[in-house]
Amino acid sequence: MSRNDSESLPTPPDRSEVAARRVELLISTLLRVGVITSLTVVAAGTLISFIHHPSYVWSPAKVQRLTRPGAAFPRTLRQVYDGVLDLRGQAIVMVGLFLLIATPVMRVAVSVVMFAVRRERVFTAVTAVVLALLLLSFALGRAGG
Amino acid sequence: MGGELMTPFELTIIEFGIALGAGLLGSLLGLGGGIIVVPALTLLLGIDIRFAIGASIVSVIATSSGAAAAYVRERMTNLRVAMLLELATTSGALSGAYLAGVVGGRWLYLIFGIVLAVSGVEMLRKQREPHPAPAPSDAWADRLQLHGQYFDAAAGREIAYRVGRVRLGFVLMYIAGVVSGLLGIGSGVLKVPAMDLAMRLPIKVSTATSNFMIGVTAAASAGVYFARGDIDPFVAAPVAMGVLIGATLGSRLLGRLQSLVIRIVFVLVLLGVSLEMLLKGLR
Repeated sequence: MSRNDSESLPTPPDRSEVAARRVELLISTLLRVGVITSLTVVAAGTLISFIHHPSYVWSPAKVQRLTRPGAAFPRTLRQVYDGVLDLRGQAIVMVGLFLLIATPVMRVAVSVVMFAVRRERVFTAVTAVVLALLLLSFALGRAGG
Repeated sequence: MGGELMTPFELTIIEFGIALGAGLLGSLLGLGGGIIVVPALTLLLGIDIRFAIGASIVSVIATSSGAAAAYVRERMTNLRVAMLLELATTSGALSGAYLAGVVGGRWLYLIFGIVLAVSGVEMLRKQREPHPAPAPSDAWADRLQLHGQYFDAAAGREIAYRVGRVRLGFVLMYIAGVVSGLLGIGSGVLKVPAMDLAMRLPIKVSTATSNFMIGVTAAASAGVYFARGDIDPFVAAPVAMGVLIGATLGSRLLGRLQSLVIRIVFVLVLLGVSLEMLLKGLR
């Protein structure tokens, strides 16, 4: 804890360097695949909703009717699930958006495992708490609605 | 303009266009798209600020994850600092997103106006101070092995750096998280200075690390907005796609805008929009 001993701290061993690189590439790939997949689903859902509702293209409505609080779109996981079974565009969009939100969550889950394997207790705990907070966010949103 | 009649198709196209422009402009100026897209959606289209924020937070995840994927590959990101500070930003984001459901829309406009003004000042600051002062010794940074190195393309070699003032950085990151959750922006304008000014990370590492953390911070808020029903697919889908494509185009086609004149003009625009948001909050 003295101010001068920091220079002499050991650096992590070399073999962990290779493992660290592998983890970096895994994280990088995970993020890229997550973003591309989810936005593809979002685009598909948007397209399907216009195919199902041709009137969307020519029948005007107040912007606020679509975008005000209380506008009709699937909100709960249950509604999204039922909507997807009926191939409803908006529900598929919601699945895509959900996948997008899940992408960083997956990344944190990977980090927890990474630190646990390396036996870094502090960082395992830190990332595990972050993961718990992310999962808690869904519960919090429902309670605070 | 808010009461205009529009078909859902037209609305989708216009939202997409606005988001594309916001993403493009954001990446050219080194800001996120959120800080541009929320005022554009609310002031131009009259969309409810909560839905604008819900759409923005989702687009923030897309752009930051896309950029982070590249930065991590280039080893520009300090993963240990990022994962430690994510503890602060996610707690902050949860508080902020929760608060956003409790406080009225008027407060959201006011706070957004203030953050826009701060962003304008921050953009001017980025022009100076390329070499931060060395970090004061920090016991936490030593114990958690936060120090790192990165390859600096301009210098053509690896540059090692030391991290300091971890606790101060942690507090600032909590605040950045609250703002992010409250306003649906990545709040990189607060995260970057927390790292380069307070913790003394090099500016390039600060930017890359901020980008990496923004995805997780935004996911925490997005979870709350999603569960609360504030993510409207009619707004969020075109906005997420538009901002991502705009930001990708911006980073691929052109470099960062270097001209001081353009930056100053943009800062003035930011301050103008800030004023507009403040007035809307006061009315």
